[in-house]
Amino acid sequence: MEHLIPIGLNHYLTISAFLFVFGLFAVMTRKNAIVVLMGVELILNAANINFLAFSKYNGGIGGVMFSLFVIVIAAAEAAIALAIVINIFKIFKSVDVSSIDTMKE
Amino acid sequence: MNNLTYTVIFYLFAAITVFSAAFVVFSRNVIYSAFSLLFTFFGVAALYVFLSADFIAVTQVVVYVGGILVLLLFGVMFTKGIMNTELKSDVLHIVPGTLILAAMLSALLYTFYTTHTWKPSVIQLQGSIVERIGYETMSHYVLPFEMVSILLLAALIGAAFLARFDKPDNNNL
Repeated sequence: MEHLIPIGLNHYLTISAFLFVFGLFAVMTRKNAIVVLMGVELILNAANINFLAFSKYNGGIGGVMFSLFVIVIAAAEAAIALAIVINIFKIFKSVDVSSIDTMKE
Repeated sequence: MNNLTYTVIFYLFAAITVFSAAFVVFSRNVIYSAFSLLFTFFGVAALYVFLSADFIAVTQVVVYVGGILVLLLFGVMFTKGIMNTELKSDVLHIVPGTLILAAMLSALLYTFYTTHTWKPSVIQLQGSIVERIGYETMSHYVLPFEMVSILLLAALIGAAFLARFDKPDNNNL
């Protein structure tokens, strides 16, 4: 119980591991494309927690800068992916990723 | 006592983050998943404050909660009516998915807790880091900063082009 009281690096790594496996589970098992995107966002947040945790306990600023860039890339990724999902919905009338099996309209 | 309060608040935010993330994944209703993702993002922002990355926490709230979550909600409501009963999302490969989830989690936690003890640096990040981020952005990271701004511009123009509703006839493309 004593090692649970002072918050150390392992606490953050544990939270990030949980977020990562939940995101991976969503990406692997859900059929709705939007929930798959939510899983990707969870994975990116898990990576960000790791970057910032290592950066804090290392004393450097590299992880902080990298996590800023990760947030920017995540915003770009979400915009593009939702545009693609809306196009898929217009063509297939569904966002079920397991039923999309043609590459030409 | 002060240290104990800190710990209790940390565990509170950690629990909010992990349980709402679990609800995002295991809820069958897409709208419930999206709103649960809100709590996950706020919990993660609180953890960033614990990691003395206050600027990243504010960016997380502005970009994720204000931008990405609204985009995801728009996506949900564009593709299905909000009062639609078909808002449920099915699952597939539930057994291999659960197996990989359990295996991955136990492997990660086993690695974190048993193979090594982390040796933190003597100098750790303390207090506010906004000023350091400003200096670093304009000195070491100025090229990645400019490149990521161009990437974001290109991605947003591309997204606006892809999601247009009335396309001109694109036979010559």
